[in-house]
Amino acid sequence: MNPAARAVALPASLAANPRLGGWLRVLRSGVVEVRTGKVELGQGVLTALSQVAAEELDIGVARVRMIPAATGASPDEGYTAGSLSIQHSGSAIRLVCAEARGRYLNVAAARLGVPESKLTVADGQILAPDGRSTSYWELADDALLDRVASGEYQPKPPSAYHVVGTSVPRLDLPDKLTGRPRFVHDLSPDGLCYGRIVRPPSRGATLIGLDTTATLALPGVLTVVRDGSFLGVVAEREEVALGAADRLRAAATWERHQTLPDPAGLSGFLRSAAAETTVLAERGARPAREEVAASVAATYHRPYLAHASMGPSSATALFGGGHGGRAGSRLQVWSHTQGVYLLRAELARALGLADDDVTVTHVEGPGCYGHNGADDAAMDAALLALAVPGRPVQVVWSRADELAWAPFGAAAVVRVAADVDAAGNVLSWQHEIWGNGHSTRPGSTRSVALLANSHRAGGAEIEAAAEPPMARGGGAGRNSVSDYDFPSYRAVNHRLLDMPLRTSALRSLGAFLNVFAAESFMDELALAAGRDPVEYRLACLSDPRARAVIESAAGRSGWDNWSPAESAGHGIGFARYKNTSAYCAVVAEVEAVSEVRVRRLTIAVDAGLVINPDGAANQVEGGAVQATSWALKEQVRFDRYGVTSDTWETYPILRFSEVPAVDVELLPGNGNPALGVGETAQGPTAAAIGNAVCHALGVRVRTLPFTAENIVAAMPD
Amino acid sequence: MHHCLINNDPAVAPPELALGLWPERPSSRSDNLRVMTNDGRPPAPTALLVNGERREVRTEQDTALLYVLRNHLGLKGTRFGCGLSLCGACLVLVDGRATYSCDTPLWAVLDKEITTVEGLGPADRPHPVTEALIAGQAAQCGYCISGVTIAAVELLSHSDDPSEAEVRAALDRNLCRCGAHNRIVRAVLAAAAELRAGRGDAA
Repeated sequence: MNPAARAVALPASLAANPRLGGWLRVLRSGVVEVRTGKVELGQGVLTALSQVAAEELDIGVARVRMIPAATGASPDEGYTAGSLSIQHSGSAIRLVCAEARGRYLNVAAARLGVPESKLTVADGQILAPDGRSTSYWELADDALLDRVASGEYQPKPPSAYHVVGTSVPRLDLPDKLTGRPRFVHDLSPDGLCYGRIVRPPSRGATLIGLDTTATLALPGVLTVVRDGSFLGVVAEREEVALGAADRLRAAATWERHQTLPDPAGLSGFLRSAAAETTVLAERGARPAREEVAASVAATYHRPYLAHASMGPSSATALFGGGHGGRAGSRLQVWSHTQGVYLLRAELARALGLADDDVTVTHVEGPGCYGHNGADDAAMDAALLALAVPGRPVQVVWSRADELAWAPFGAAAVVRVAADVDAAGNVLSWQHEIWGNGHSTRPGSTRSVALLANSHRAGGAEIEAAAEPPMARGGGAGRNSVSDYDFPSYRAVNHRLLDMPLRTSALRSLGAFLNVFAAESFMDELALAAGRDPVEYRLACLSDPRARAVIESAAGRSGWDNWSPAESAGHGIGFARYKNTSAYCAVVAEVEAVSEVRVRRLTIAVDAGLVINPDGAANQVEGGAVQATSWALKEQVRFDRYGVTSDTWETYPILRFSEVPAVDVELLPGNGNPALGVGETAQGPTAAAIGNAVCHALGVRVRTLPFTAENIVAAMPD
Repeated sequence: MHHCLINNDPAVAPPELALGLWPERPSSRSDNLRVMTNDGRPPAPTALLVNGERREVRTEQDTALLYVLRNHLGLKGTRFGCGLSLCGACLVLVDGRATYSCDTPLWAVLDKEITTVEGLGPADRPHPVTEALIAGQAAQCGYCISGVTIAAVELLSHSDDPSEAEVRAALDRNLCRCGAHNRIVRAVLAAAAELRAGRGDAA
């Protein structure tokens, strides 16, 4: 509102991109353009950010135009990841809009000859007490915002919000629900041609022979691109490109190698492969021997998981010529990447171009749950576009490539051990992880982190994923530190140095297995002590917000009034995502006859200030349904050569008739800051289902997914 | 309250990236795709009936209907998902039956009536299923939703009072990865109720 007595510290996104005009433009037409560095991943974040802007400016949401992120034109906010968009971009936009409002009021006060404090704003109209008025639109002047943020304009107190906290309908859904072109796959510039990639038939295969005659003879084929073992084709029409790719595949000879571990021995491989061992967190000392009534341990497993988005990765690229009078050596890329600037830098590095010669513009894609094939598809399109200068090339991955070649969520093993006293209370807790890291995003690896580049002549393999620091939430180590008040704990990570299958960020990263393991083990300890799982958790949990979500989920699910039925069970799971983000408790009710079916999920989340309650509930429910699919069905299948689960038949996901009823409650924010909700339900949902399966069958299944095969394997002999 | 859901508000316009990047709105134009062949003989024109209009395309007879719709006719609402009739993203109505366009050759639909998601209703008067999906904010990424809409329209064309289980069964060939299933089911049930009420009014 008015200049504050003291400047507030700028949030990181704003400190890095301090010019107000880089975020906001007021147009005479009655529209405010907002530029965020965050991108729409199919979860409604741009709608939520438009609410933040509308709130601070006192304008209707319909006046806000969210501009898709583009290099050179948008703030650089890194990746849209980690459930941080509202925290990062929201806090920046809030301060920018507060200052913009203040500066426009300042000009209005001078023009109307009344003190600023007497002015009010209603949908952009600036009103004086005597009835005279002006407006943002009348005063629109880019020079007003051509300055760095001062931090001297205090945003509204949350108690004054009337747009934030309401369920504004999604800005992008009317287009998407009526079939209007909006996805990156729908781009249709003049002269568009179509590219397809012919991937190697297995991991590490090298192209040793190729006859392009039949492919080039196909009417409508423009060119074949080969660079080492990277192979692609460009054609005038998509149907021609598809047929040409088939011909090309049939005319290629590959040398294949066994580079993958034996899938039957995956867990042994993960625990014995060369690794870098790090103590992630440690507190207190192990208890004295006389205090310990029992020392127990259990080991949990998760397979590789696929992103398995409904739309395969796609990108369009244009080299030279083309639109907007660009000069001859420029590369333009349209991509559903999570980070336009980071992708630009990686493309430039891979292709030997200057950053300034590459532009990357975000275009919405199918649901994004982490580092999928979007960046890789951008490189594919770029390599093909270089071969047909002046022609835009659109690449769409096949379903098989999407399921087999995009990065995977990492398979891992977690061993949890505890010392307990005579009442079963935890005295010390040890959490140990074996597996690959969870980020090989562009910008995080020494070698170029783009699939096609690793297949080019001289292209280095994408190196094994690293582990981000725990202060940033960790990767494999995410949620390896317990939220419970244990007197001592220790978390250790064994990060594999080889990466037989490429792994990178998939929704919740290591938290999915860490929370599944820790919360399964909590139930094992509770049951061993003859205690109720809810009571047992609350007894060692002092954080009132954590207690509140557990009590809410348990209460609404009727935890205390459970009526036993054959093959039915219920279970609970809880975590505070990243130990610093939203709190989430899930109660699952399952039925386990020939297979496990989840009947109902009752979920409670405390995410502090919620910008858009309906959007947040949609996110939490969607995350929980996806986690149910992971937990019940999903695992990437492979042999020694490559990935074999490359159709929806071999990589099944949850269907409509299998989806549980989901009941989400968002607890009141109570003045706490906004926390992201996109990933909070993943771990607690899997744990709740596992605990419910044990309740139903009396069998503790420690290996995901809960297929009949894994349940039978867990049964005592 | 959901107002101004289908309109030309600046906030809901598709992002303007650069001039000419989006296809023109579907029209009665014939094939707009550049058809160049190495031997200079473009495929002969083929006529078909799409969304109530006679259209002509120039492509081979074995071309999948999906690419005819998306690229030759600019109807981008029908999506490529898997190419194997396993996900439902590409469903269109062929003579009223939900059909996988990714796996249906052009020659198989020559004398049939094809309806895509764009043909279900004009923007100012969307089909009750579309209207209910918007009102219920029944999507996340929206990539699967055209196919879901088509499957739901087919169901409601022969069953005006389906149970929840029947709706789920009818949508089982459609995959959704974002977890919007329950919202979608509620929207389809709401659309069925709306259709029944409309029929009652008319009677």
